[in-house]
Amino acid sequence: MDRKALEQLQLERLKHIVAQAMKTPFYQKRLSRAWIQSPEDIQSLDDLSKIPFSVKDDLRQSFPKGLLSVDMQDVVRIHSSSGTTGIPTVIYYTREDMESWTDILARSVFATGCTSKDVFQNMMSYGLFTGGLGLHYGAERVGMTVIPIGGGNTRRQIQVMKDFKTTALHVTPSYLLHIHSVLGEYDTKPTDLFLKKAFLGAEPYSENTRRKLEELYGIDAYNSYGLSEMNGPGVAFECIYKEDMHVWEDAYILEIIDPATGQPLPDGETGEVVLTNLIRSALPLLRYRTRDLAFVHGEACKCGRTHRRLSRIQGRTDDMLIINGVNVFPSQIEEVIMSIPEVGTNYQIYLTKSGSLDKLTVKVEIYSKMFTGDLSILDALKGKIRDKLRASITINAHIELHEPGALPVFEGKAKRVVDEREKL
Amino acid sequence: MAHQLTIFLENRPGRIQSISKVLEQNNMNIWAFTVQDRGEFGLIKMMVDKPKQAQLVLSDLGFACAIKDVLAVIAPDSPGNLAKLTAALVEKNVNIKDAYGFVSPTDRKGICFLEFENPDSVDLQKTIAEHGFTILDDEQLYEL
Repeated sequence: MDRKALEQLQLERLKHIVAQAMKTPFYQKRLSRAWIQSPEDIQSLDDLSKIPFSVKDDLRQSFPKGLLSVDMQDVVRIHSSSGTTGIPTVIYYTREDMESWTDILARSVFATGCTSKDVFQNMMSYGLFTGGLGLHYGAERVGMTVIPIGGGNTRRQIQVMKDFKTTALHVTPSYLLHIHSVLGEYDTKPTDLFLKKAFLGAEPYSENTRRKLEELYGIDAYNSYGLSEMNGPGVAFECIYKEDMHVWEDAYILEIIDPATGQPLPDGETGEVVLTNLIRSALPLLRYRTRDLAFVHGEACKCGRTHRRLSRIQGRTDDMLIINGVNVFPSQIEEVIMSIPEVGTNYQIYLTKSGSLDKLTVKVEIYSKMFTGDLSILDALKGKIRDKLRASITINAHIELHEPGALPVFEGKAKRVVDEREKL
Repeated sequence: MAHQLTIFLENRPGRIQSISKVLEQNNMNIWAFTVQDRGEFGLIKMMVDKPKQAQLVLSDLGFACAIKDVLAVIAPDSPGNLAKLTAALVEKNVNIKDAYGFVSPTDRKGICFLEFENPDSVDLQKTIAEHGFTILDDEQLYEL
């Protein structure tokens, strides 16, 4: 589809979703405050920017039915978040919504080269979580042989992979790594399996993990992107070339914004992913801030698809720090540290006030194998880290060198940041 | 050449203790040491009787620890000897990077340890010996 036709389709669908939104008291109020009284106030895609952003809290505040825009008897499916971080968020789908979502998932699976000849073992958990059932229907639509095994029970997973000669998986990277680590216990080698492809998702993982899984199993592993607020998986999917994820722009309008100002960013610049779901009538969500950070680009893909591509998710806006007015993501600092062989991989970001100014201290551990005993080399190392950080985040950081193993080890990224500015 | 241990330490209480305890537990003797302070961290430089073993033990425990070649030069404890030694180095345009020395009170001998910026640029040992100083290797050092 050429871009012009695509944009025309987006506009038509956007008008429909705005019309749906206006049926809910929530959006009626919010849109009228932005001087949008009817879908006809949306004349072009540029008018999208008039629509205020929606956030996760809007969904929570509207629990359970505040954003429902159809009659409950037209709802054929409910999915919901677990609510472990607060009130659950609930998503409703009409029959038509399910059809559209399934089409998008079928397209996603097909883009990776899967056909009706493939045997698809879906290792994602079924139930309220969108990951399991979503891909299930998409794979069926492609005509794949679907094994709805769900998560867990590794012995059975391995047996089923062998019995039915499974060729494609939908799985979390950590579970696929786990399976590999226990294959031996079940007297199985990766070469005893018939796997060709795996769709990875539902948790953050690095590019190295993907490559590792590809090597361990001799398969192609595909990144995917989705979130239950946008139906679930299938917002963006890699094609066979595995060079970033095609965003299905006929189904979702994607914007990248500066998370601090809300201003749109040009292609290629990293910012917060904002999505408008164009294919769900039951629960309209306009300009939803995902808090995921990525960039989008419109380079022609070898596969010929015209949908722009989304980079791997590079972090969450929740992690963002504002240091003397500059937006800094811990991942940017991490990237610099990882590029310097003389220091270890553990680090800590320390923020304090020095007068009215913020002071950024980056604590790193020296890597014992690279230690030469020369003070001048250590001084130069500090300078190198400082320069590289300044080039990346435009801030002059104070670098502290620590003994190997001296900094606390954290699993999550968030705790690497110690912000003492408020207290001072 | 003698061998000096250089260990990276954070500048906070107990760090030198952590090193000296390890050496004690391994029955290693310290001959001389000096500390270079650099704010949040410092380097402790040590002459010990078994430098290579000490490095292995400390590295195993996770310390950042390096071994450096240094010259251990012995001189009589009398006025003018350091001037004489340094004159020899100036003659060869050799820059000293770090040095520390002490006098053994029993035999009135001065011992200094010299770290050079460009140790391979000239035949240092020869120059120093020509000026009447004795250079010790590890074993000779600990036999003193």
